[in-house]
Amino acid sequence: MTDIAAPSSPRGAFVMRHPSVLIFLACLAIFTVGVTVLSEGFGIGVLSTSFIKTLGKTLCLCLVALAMDLVWGYCGILSLGHMAFFGLGGYAIGMWLMYARTEMIVVESLSNAPLPPTPEEISDGIASQIFGVVGASDFPPIWGFAHSLPLQLAAVVIVPGILALVFGWLAFRSRVTGVYLSILTQAMTLALSLYLFQNDSGLRGNNGLSGLQNLPGLDSVSQDAVSMWFLWGSALALGLGYVFCAWVVSGKFGSVIRAIRDDEARVRFLGYPVEAFKLLVFTLTAIIAAIAGALYYPQAGIINPAEIAPIASIYLAVWVAIGGRGRLYGAVVGAAFVSLLSTWFTGGQAPDIVIGSFRLQWVDWWTVLLGLSFVLVTLFAPKGLGGLVDLITERRSPDRHGADLGPDMGSLQEREAEK
Amino acid sequence: MSELLEVNGVSVSFDGFKAINNLSFSIAEGELRAVIGPNGAGKTTFMDIVTGKTRPDEGTVLWGEKGISLLSMSESRIAQAGVGRKFQRPTVFEDQSVEDNLMMALKKDRNPFKVLSFRASRDDRDRVATLAGEIGLATSLHRKSGELSHGQKQWLEIGMLLAQEPRLLLVDEPAAGMTLAEREHTTDLLVEAAKTRAVVVVEHDMEFVRRLNCKVTVLHEGSVLAEGSLDHVTRNEKVIEVYLGR
Repeated sequence: MTDIAAPSSPRGAFVMRHPSVLIFLACLAIFTVGVTVLSEGFGIGVLSTSFIKTLGKTLCLCLVALAMDLVWGYCGILSLGHMAFFGLGGYAIGMWLMYARTEMIVVESLSNAPLPPTPEEISDGIASQIFGVVGASDFPPIWGFAHSLPLQLAAVVIVPGILALVFGWLAFRSRVTGVYLSILTQAMTLALSLYLFQNDSGLRGNNGLSGLQNLPGLDSVSQDAVSMWFLWGSALALGLGYVFCAWVVSGKFGSVIRAIRDDEARVRFLGYPVEAFKLLVFTLTAIIAAIAGALYYPQAGIINPAEIAPIASIYLAVWVAIGGRGRLYGAVVGAAFVSLLSTWFTGGQAPDIVIGSFRLQWVDWWTVLLGLSFVLVTLFAPKGLGGLVDLITERRSPDRHGADLGPDMGSLQEREAEK
Repeated sequence: MSELLEVNGVSVSFDGFKAINNLSFSIAEGELRAVIGPNGAGKTTFMDIVTGKTRPDEGTVLWGEKGISLLSMSESRIAQAGVGRKFQRPTVFEDQSVEDNLMMALKKDRNPFKVLSFRASRDDRDRVATLAGEIGLATSLHRKSGELSHGQKQWLEIGMLLAQEPRLLLVDEPAAGMTLAEREHTTDLLVEAAKTRAVVVVEHDMEFVRRLNCKVTVLHEGSVLAEGSLDHVTRNEKVIEVYLGR
């Protein structure tokens, strides 16, 4: 994606000027149509509904990986907290899903009563239904908008957006960079996750929100169809997200954020307010992550604080590293490849390996394999899977990591660049 | 000529070591000035202070007709106000093309949202092409700047500074590691640049300074030792002692 400058044709539609975007959209469209034809809901029924849901969730993971690539691969901010924004997006939509469905159940059960129920009775009923599990029967204040889909949809964007804005403002303003910033983002994620684990956090503690796969008022529609709707929605969001990210990184903005990644101090002397750029990218990607989360959790059916645990955000970085950071398709390929592989290994389908009396079970050993491959990729293939594309196109990219050997060693650098 | 930059009584110390000691110094609009001095004389620290990278312990740095203090401004604001800086080592964005590098430096709104919606116009492209011509990189516009030779990177950086259209250009050892022919080209570029703006060149190489043919300031232990034409300062006893060697 770094070589998409096509100055010879400044006019024409954006997608036409960037063939890699067109190729990606074509692949996505073929995938979506293919899955639809093979689905149980709308096609010949080769793919099970649970597998369709896995594919739909994978598309959402690809979208959050895109956000990660934008913030890390392009802007050089190794955020280990973007899955927290993903989770917050899921919680925001989950609150409405749970509220609205519980409301219907409560209204139905109260309809047999001799007197029509008052709004208060209904509200109390919903509250005790939802919060009985944590021993409460009142709505916490944060559920004040849960009755309204538009408001909760707005919350999907606003809550993670504001959290990212405030956190980013504090961190970037103090010029926290590199590994210290990564640690800070981990701390934020951990704090959020620990808070949500508490029963009085107002989000049902470690039970989380459940039953999210049932859309309110659509009980008659089978999950076969609903899973396809979400797959389409996820594919659309991924397509739009990809075009948006490609647009962001294609122009001068992309140039500047890559320059910030390579040599932040130099960009300041060019007159660019580096902190403002970082903050914008951080917030923007947090919002993309939240939207991905809002599409993911209705397919997963349940969200709990474990989903926000720091390890999730580290996985996200691993996907992008394995796929190849600094190129958008790399992030998508990495997320799809690793998460589907992970599903296969941890789903018990992978055959065990027997070495003598030792039985290697993939369910336990998959994380070891993943960690090992991450180390190997970092050491020997820093470009990740995307590097394979370079082997074909032979794109040369002098990667000096911003390190400079000084005037006397300049010639050495030039020799490095030749290879 | 009015003063563009006035440095007054500036001192800064790092861990007790006085890098700059009561330095006073001024540059007029459109002036070309060479700053020489032995290692540790405070040449680079002086640039760090003017560009906002280092905050002095005391003193004032005033800028422009209105005499705005640069000390309260961030690096990026100072750069926007019209101070351009070229580092000792060529720092260009090696992963990006010559054109991208120049386009980024071009004097435009630096607001992130404006940058996001920025699309290069015909004029911008022409300007970049003209600049590339001036620095001798017209045929390398679409090459990655990491592939350029050391001298070409130095010129690209000078080109980026010219694109910024600064009123004051601070250049740190531009000729280091260059061949003779490259040095001559660099001198021409700097003299040309000084026709429309003030240029301060920090340099070790006397021959290079002689070719610039301008007023020279000698720094020693963080303050000004002598000032005048090159012939004048090289006859100064103190300068001979500390800098040229006995």
